[in-house]
Amino acid sequence: MNSYISGAEALMQSLIHEGVKTIFGYPGGSIMPVFDAMFDHRDDFRQVLVRHEQGAAHAAQGYARVSGEVGVCIVTSGPGATNTITGISDAMLDSTPIVVIAGQVGASFLGTDAFQEVDFVCVTQPISKWSYQIRRPEDVAWAVARAFYIARSGRPGPVVLDFTRNAQVGKVDFAPANITLQRGFIPVPKTDMSSVEEAVRLIDNAHRPLLLAGQGITLADAQDELLAFVEKADIPVGCTLLGLSTIPSAHRLNMGMLGMHGNLAPNVKTNECDVLIAVGMRFDDRVTGNLATYARQAKIIHLDIDPAEINKNVHTDVAVLGNCKNTLSLLAEAVKPAKHTDWIASFAPLYEKEKEMVIDAALHPAEGPIKMGEVVSMVSAATHDSAVLVTDVGQNQLMAARYFRYTAKRSFVSSGGLGTMGFSLPAAIGATFGAPERTVCAFMGDGGIQMNIQELGTIMESGAPVKIILLNNHYLGNVRQWQQLFFNGRYSCTPMMNPHYGTIAEAYGIPSETVLTREDLPAAIEKMLTTAGPYLLEVVIQEDENVMPMTPPGGSVNQMMPFDDFS
Amino acid sequence: MEKKLYTLIVHSENIAGLLNQITAVFTRRQLNIESLNVSASSIEGIHRYTITTWADEDMVKKVVKQIEKKIDVLQAHYYTDSEVFMQEIALYKLSTPAIFANPEICRTIRYYDAPIIETNEVYTVVQKAGRTDEIDSLSKELATYGCVLQYVNSGRVAVTRSSAEQVTAFIESLKD
Repeated sequence: MNSYISGAEALMQSLIHEGVKTIFGYPGGSIMPVFDAMFDHRDDFRQVLVRHEQGAAHAAQGYARVSGEVGVCIVTSGPGATNTITGISDAMLDSTPIVVIAGQVGASFLGTDAFQEVDFVCVTQPISKWSYQIRRPEDVAWAVARAFYIARSGRPGPVVLDFTRNAQVGKVDFAPANITLQRGFIPVPKTDMSSVEEAVRLIDNAHRPLLLAGQGITLADAQDELLAFVEKADIPVGCTLLGLSTIPSAHRLNMGMLGMHGNLAPNVKTNECDVLIAVGMRFDDRVTGNLATYARQAKIIHLDIDPAEINKNVHTDVAVLGNCKNTLSLLAEAVKPAKHTDWIASFAPLYEKEKEMVIDAALHPAEGPIKMGEVVSMVSAATHDSAVLVTDVGQNQLMAARYFRYTAKRSFVSSGGLGTMGFSLPAAIGATFGAPERTVCAFMGDGGIQMNIQELGTIMESGAPVKIILLNNHYLGNVRQWQQLFFNGRYSCTPMMNPHYGTIAEAYGIPSETVLTREDLPAAIEKMLTTAGPYLLEVVIQEDENVMPMTPPGGSVNQMMPFDDFS
Repeated sequence: MEKKLYTLIVHSENIAGLLNQITAVFTRRQLNIESLNVSASSIEGIHRYTITTWADEDMVKKVVKQIEKKIDVLQAHYYTDSEVFMQEIALYKLSTPAIFANPEICRTIRYYDAPIIETNEVYTVVQKAGRTDEIDSLSKELATYGCVLQYVNSGRVAVTRSSAEQVTAFIESLKD
């Protein structure tokens, strides 16, 4: 069709063909032909100049997580490329579809230690779903089509394209490519109907079933199928961290969050249920605690799209492979309607206990310094529980996950598997582009904000309406908590001297307010949400608050501080 | 679980960089690769890897799934020794004067049915094809004579005993 265009222009055409609308990027020597081509496509793509390539990768992640589409970032070779590695690893562990396009020195210079040459394919192979070097302009159409196909198909993940300079400037008779079947990549394994029947038999005979909802449900867009299934079979649900917002917070069957800092009831009940149905989750150690004591009494049914997750950590009695949008609806159709009234009621006393011993004090302290939970809860309520929550990593993340509430799908964006501090600010920028109609609230600590604070520049320039809630306790709080509990209170390198954040925000032209007292909090939150565009709300909080409850490292899922041992 | 020597047979597209990714699966789980052979397969354009490793079955199952998960790997399977026909080939470069000095060396070579493929006044090259245990045994005996100048082993190659051809069947199934 278009006869003879440059490889860089072929990339543009291929990205248009894939439906890309937003590019997060940072130019540099080896990718200049691509940025030159982008200049002619300013109307086709929203082009967001980040301030550091790590920010580009996390922004692409944030974009992908809220939109369900592939996030794209374009960076230069060498340091530009290596700066994206944290984002690529993060996307790999959290199954986030992104395509990272990095410049590379010309093919004739490969292997010569040329200026800004890094063997990026080798570096990223273990941390990406696919990593490929484009050395000829003729390969652009195929490689880009394959990259997007692989990133978004099956269990999603990051794909890297290493784009040599000669392939960017060389000419090609371009036609866009479409990828369908690849014999070396079967995205969705075939569902064995006998496994569905076996699962149905177990579920129909269960007296105390419990469902663990993971991010796979969001990735498969199977939230409705989940509800149809659990409502028919009357099964209580616990959510993993990334499974939050798969089921509305207020749903009667939503029993809260699983894991180390999750809710008491679903954790304790994990070791009391008779059938455990795990959907789109991978039995991460932060969910299971000690594997030797994890749900030993239960028959375990595992629904997953990735065969490598079956029996990886926890032995499964019935594995139902496939896309859970399909397998959940098969289950919903086949199971008998049931009522598990007594079993479901048995969660309530545990919730009451947690409320009495942890939640009330966290959300409604009568006096003293502001606590994290009350800020989270107040922001959530002020958005009518409809906002996208982006978190950083640490106490802010766990408190936000515990006390934010969700009414809408795809409302929770956090670095779950990798635990990347500095994730939230750029991810929230990406989220505002991925879901422009929604309010994006990013909670972070004084440690995390400074890990990618340069992205305030991106917010300034793009106007990305991120509502930044900085929970400032002048500590690296989560590490401090562990030092207090497990390292005899030796606060090694955790107290932190902070800059004046209001001044920083002002320098970037971002309106801000610092709140020191509880009385000022509601009005400040209201002002943040009613101010158009970005906003920084710094809340100075209690220095030594701990995230509770907590399963100590190595502990069992039903042993949570500060409660009695339920094992 | 008991550790055994497992043979993994992997089929993949002929794409650069896959070998790295496959060996990385072993490295990450702290498994040693005992032997590794890469060759063409009976199917055009498809490469095959024959890998042996000491592991327990639970681990080898996980490794196989992680390998199969790699883009462009078609299939990966694991086998015990009883499930495959296997061969490896060893070459021994021996000192000719040492052989003349000790008639036991020649007797050992004959006993193992190992042909001599080259001999001159300095060295003699002996070839032995067979199972791992036969070759190990010959190696041990020759070592006791102190006559070995060089030793090399091809690593295991293996074909399955099964009558079904899984990879061919898989490719056929995709055509439907």
